[in-house]
Amino acid sequence: MSDQSLIRARGLVKRFGDFTAVDGIDLDVARGEAFGFLGPNGAGKSSTMRMIGCVSTPTAGELSILGMDPVRDGTRIRARLGVCPQLDNLDPDLTVQENLTTYARYFGLSRAEGRRRAAELLEFVQLADRATSKVDPLSGGMKRRLTIARAMVNEPELVLLDEPTTGLDPQARHLLWERLFRLKQQGVTLVLTTHYMDEAEQLCDRLVVMDTGKIVAEGSPRSLIEQHSTREVVELRFGESALDGFRDKLTGIGERVDVLPDRILLYADDGDGAVAEVHNRQLAPSSVLVRRSTLEDVFLHLTGRTLVD
Amino acid sequence: MAHPMMATLERELILYRRLWQASVFSSFLLPLLFVLSIGVGVGNYITGGVDGVPYLNYVVPGVLVTTAFQIAIGESTYPVLGGFKWQRSYHAMRATPVQPVHMVGGHLLYLVFRAEVATVCFLIVVGLFGAIDSWWALATLPVVALVSVASAAPVTAFAASIENDSYFSLLFRFGLIPATLFSGVFFPVTQLPELFRPLAYLSPLWHGVVLSRAATLGELPPGETWLAMLGHVGYLVLWGVVGLALAVWRFGKRLQD
Repeated sequence: MSDQSLIRARGLVKRFGDFTAVDGIDLDVARGEAFGFLGPNGAGKSSTMRMIGCVSTPTAGELSILGMDPVRDGTRIRARLGVCPQLDNLDPDLTVQENLTTYARYFGLSRAEGRRRAAELLEFVQLADRATSKVDPLSGGMKRRLTIARAMVNEPELVLLDEPTTGLDPQARHLLWERLFRLKQQGVTLVLTTHYMDEAEQLCDRLVVMDTGKIVAEGSPRSLIEQHSTREVVELRFGESALDGFRDKLTGIGERVDVLPDRILLYADDGDGAVAEVHNRQLAPSSVLVRRSTLEDVFLHLTGRTLVD
Repeated sequence: MAHPMMATLERELILYRRLWQASVFSSFLLPLLFVLSIGVGVGNYITGGVDGVPYLNYVVPGVLVTTAFQIAIGESTYPVLGGFKWQRSYHAMRATPVQPVHMVGGHLLYLVFRAEVATVCFLIVVGLFGAIDSWWALATLPVVALVSVASAAPVTAFAASIENDSYFSLLFRFGLIPATLFSGVFFPVTQLPELFRPLAYLSPLWHGVVLSRAATLGELPPGETWLAMLGHVGYLVLWGVVGLALAVWRFGKRLQD
């Protein structure tokens, strides 16, 4: 089992009527890996996750989870999965601890074992002092941590996280990333979707970039940047609205020029050199920012669109 | 290893332990007020009772079944729709080995529990009023269980099929309330115009009321036979089985795309 893929998909398709949400993707996720789906809303990430979570039936193609068929063995697969859904579905009328103990019972654990794991997991997600609190007064970050603790109650081999930090403030996100990183260190296989490039860079060993139901690129965050972008990016802003006119004036600087509605991106391995050349051409941008290339740039290059609109 | 249906029942019971105060009025006080106002109050004007049965004793078994009927329907409307739409607790269960049949089963078992608690309390109180004529009254316990499942299961299927909770007010207005008023709880169905009687006979509540009344009076009501009693049971079982099948199907549909 250990040398086999935990998730294997070939030509996986999901259609809803005329709409194709997932359009023939291939996947292999190995044990212990942190694997990400990066893409904008509507790219097909959540539909793919739902098929992996055995709550959505593939329209076509092959899919195997933990070596089993999700259609035939859904119940057995779910027993070994942990799921942290995009929409919180904690029980608002139960306490923090009861949310975990009732969930443990769904997996057939004894009450004593449920209580033991609840205590351990609340410690892990730093909610032990809120054990007897109701769920409603918890902050968004706390709720998400509780949902992750709940997903861990059956000691899953594979944890699915659908946009784990969407809607959280930066501090809460960092705390969550740190906890997820610990899980990864413990050898838990993580599969997550995100439309945040920094999240993908922080957490994922390997990721696929999805757009309109297809995988447009695959690799480690670093290799994707190396393949599809330059080392650095210069962001130029000009004090006027019609930026298209600058395209010709900037041609030849760096490897590529992208004109966005609000700014212009210059892709260059040497950012400072590119800025010098801009000034040489007597252009006077109102602001200049030289930064490292990110997955956002990769995505923009591959799809012509930004990740978060 | 705990059965997944017991796990979903357990969740409902934990919630009930927290929220039971809210149910005291509808489960205990309201039926008691009905018995006092109609059974005793109105009953004082009804000399000779119904078919020779004192009016209070006539009304009590009907109110008892109606209480279970109303709890079963009420708890299968908003709470079930909320499990899909608002709290999304069924989606949470769906990510575990719990299957739709366990969700529906746990829900119905919980409603049976609620009905039994209400019935036991009610029997003790009305027994003190002298409105119970026989130890056969204990047979109301399986009767209310049957009525609960027969009425809750189809409503659960309905709640799992809709998107908008405004359908519930239609259900209450055109289902629950007329059924409560015209299913032989307060007066014999034979008093209804002949045209409307079949509607009462269709309602699972009427069949439950007949069974319950036979139990608390300790004798077959006029015009009923043991075979007819079996028929009432069978009719309720049919509602329960069909409703259960529909509910499991609708849950599955809604939780899997």
